[in-house]
Amino acid sequence: MAIQVDKSSSRPPIKSRPVAASLILMMGIAGLLLGIAASISFGAADIHLATVWEAVFRFNPDLTQHQIIRELRMPRAAAATLVGAGFAVSGAIMQGMTRNPLADSGLLGINSGAAFVIVICFAFMKGLSFTALMLFSFGGAALGAGLVFGISSLSRGGLSPVRLALAGAAVSALLSALGEGISIHFRIGQDLAFFYAGGVAGVKWEHVKLILPWVFGALAVAMALSRSITLLSLGEEIATGLGQRTGVVKIIGMVVVFVLAGASVALVGSIGFVGLIIPHLTRFLVGVDYRWIIPCSAVLGGLLMLLADLAGRLVHPPYETPVGALIAVIGVPFFLYLARQQRREM
Amino acid sequence: MDSIHSADKARARRAALVMGILGLLILVVFIISMNSGEIKLGPLQVIKTLFGFGDARQSLVLFEFRLPRIVIAILIGACFAVSGCIMQGITRNALADPGILGINAGAGLAVVLYVSFFPVKTAASPFLMPFLAFIGAALTALLIYLLAYKRHQGLSPTRMLLVGIGVAAGISAAMIVLTILLDPNQFQFVQVWLAGTIWGTTWKFVLALLPWFIVLIPFAFSKAKVMNILTLGEQTATGLGAPVERQRLLLLAAAVGLAASSVAVGGGIGFVGLVAPHLARRLVGPQYQYALPASALVGGLLVIVADTIGRTISSPSEIATGIVVAVIGAPYFLYLLARAR
Repeated sequence: MAIQVDKSSSRPPIKSRPVAASLILMMGIAGLLLGIAASISFGAADIHLATVWEAVFRFNPDLTQHQIIRELRMPRAAAATLVGAGFAVSGAIMQGMTRNPLADSGLLGINSGAAFVIVICFAFMKGLSFTALMLFSFGGAALGAGLVFGISSLSRGGLSPVRLALAGAAVSALLSALGEGISIHFRIGQDLAFFYAGGVAGVKWEHVKLILPWVFGALAVAMALSRSITLLSLGEEIATGLGQRTGVVKIIGMVVVFVLAGASVALVGSIGFVGLIIPHLTRFLVGVDYRWIIPCSAVLGGLLMLLADLAGRLVHPPYETPVGALIAVIGVPFFLYLARQQRREM
Repeated sequence: MDSIHSADKARARRAALVMGILGLLILVVFIISMNSGEIKLGPLQVIKTLFGFGDARQSLVLFEFRLPRIVIAILIGACFAVSGCIMQGITRNALADPGILGINAGAGLAVVLYVSFFPVKTAASPFLMPFLAFIGAALTALLIYLLAYKRHQGLSPTRMLLVGIGVAAGISAAMIVLTILLDPNQFQFVQVWLAGTIWGTTWKFVLALLPWFIVLIPFAFSKAKVMNILTLGEQTATGLGAPVERQRLLLLAAAVGLAASSVAVGGGIGFVGLVAPHLARRLVGPQYQYALPASALVGGLLVIVADTIGRTISSPSEIATGIVVAVIGAPYFLYLLARAR
């Protein structure tokens, strides 16, 4: 017991701030609504908010503006929110369960695994339904993670955050090179480009609708798991000592991560760093209780993605700057900061 | 004393043998590569034409299209490999490589900036681009050094890699944002270039790369003894009377120059600088007077093989050399990572 007290006194006091968390949740949701409204009304053709309101509640298929809103702007805003929440929560779960501050589905090869399997599907199984594609994408996410964790655990030093990040970078390089080679060889570059069509910009309603239940389901499971994740984040021994079945929790947690990341990649392609930045930010704001971290991460992740998408449209109109690049511009300095903090070496 | 001498001799003999075989292999792949492409020429034809007995069409295909590209592939392979070999030696980091450390990305950013302000192929640009790439690469190296350095712990190899990966990611994001501002023509050039396609396929680019190759490669070879000492560690090296910091800086500048000039004509090809020195050390042992030239040969061989594969595997479309090299190189990196302490 004495040892545990020592351990906990050496880290920042375990604090949760429910009031701050509720405030963030409420403000975040308000922000999300505002962001969605802004995202729908700004663009190549600016549309008045009143028209947006009408398009949603008194839809008239004869009006071009209503069509734009329904077919282009709304799915785009919804996709940005969903995907942002998905990436952020998958990062939060991994950071909590593995106690690895550098965990992010992009950095750990999970996104590139999903993207690689989607390329394979396009090359060898033409005409798969989107649902099948999404299921394969979950498998691909698991493949990427399996490679990274497997290779890292082979080495005698074990799973240090730095080693995982290095393995993640190499696995991503390998899988994306293979994917690119395959897409050139089978001449599916255009199909793929059409499928992704510029990330968030070309998202279709049918796809968003198919993704929606998976993301919400995974978020619900994550919430149910949140207490166990908090305990795991204190350390494996502590969690086991408190009666947690850590193996089961970890397996369910990883499945949730694969579903969230896989679904997001299937919808918009691989976007990194959301899952890195948002959980750190959230933990800083609301403390270490994952019952608050997970919902707050979801809201803030959605908000970040919405704003980045909006900014991408405003940087250099009428061209669109890819969301992933904009988020990387914020994410990389943050990653470098975290990398400098790493005391544990290989 | 005598036995040490004979061991030295044996090692030198072995190195000479290995390098001879590598040279031969390069020659073989060279002929195969000359032979492959849309217009088929038999090996005999190739050799005939090389010695000036071919018809006009054959010599046009060989001398103006294939030969410069193959020469460039060999040269940049050698440059990346020697650059990686130096970096692994002076940072004492088995996983160092100009691509992984983000040096290539920095050189690339300078090239993209230049291209976005000036038309792609003006007369002077091939000769100017290596210099610009060098400035970009040197600034990036400085940035990585500053970010990875911590006062009480010095420069940890893994932190340096991690910082390099981060910086490379940041630079490529910045490049993507930048490329949006380009006109479609320039945009396409940058796309192709970023994937690591050997795009400078005329003799002009060979000439642009050659001075860097001629100056820096012999310079690196001449420093082999210094590198042997540096590998022993900072304290031992200082004890043996080597001016550690100055030598290290010179060597680093040479490594950055080699990588940057190759990036300027060959695009962002990673992993050559990682794989080639490791294979070379396996073949000829860790002493740099053998490892450096052997690395150069292995690197040249690797890139010419990758380029030939990329050109032929799904002809008429072309798979970028950088992609083929990554497919070979990334698993090797993972293997080294798994074996590392």
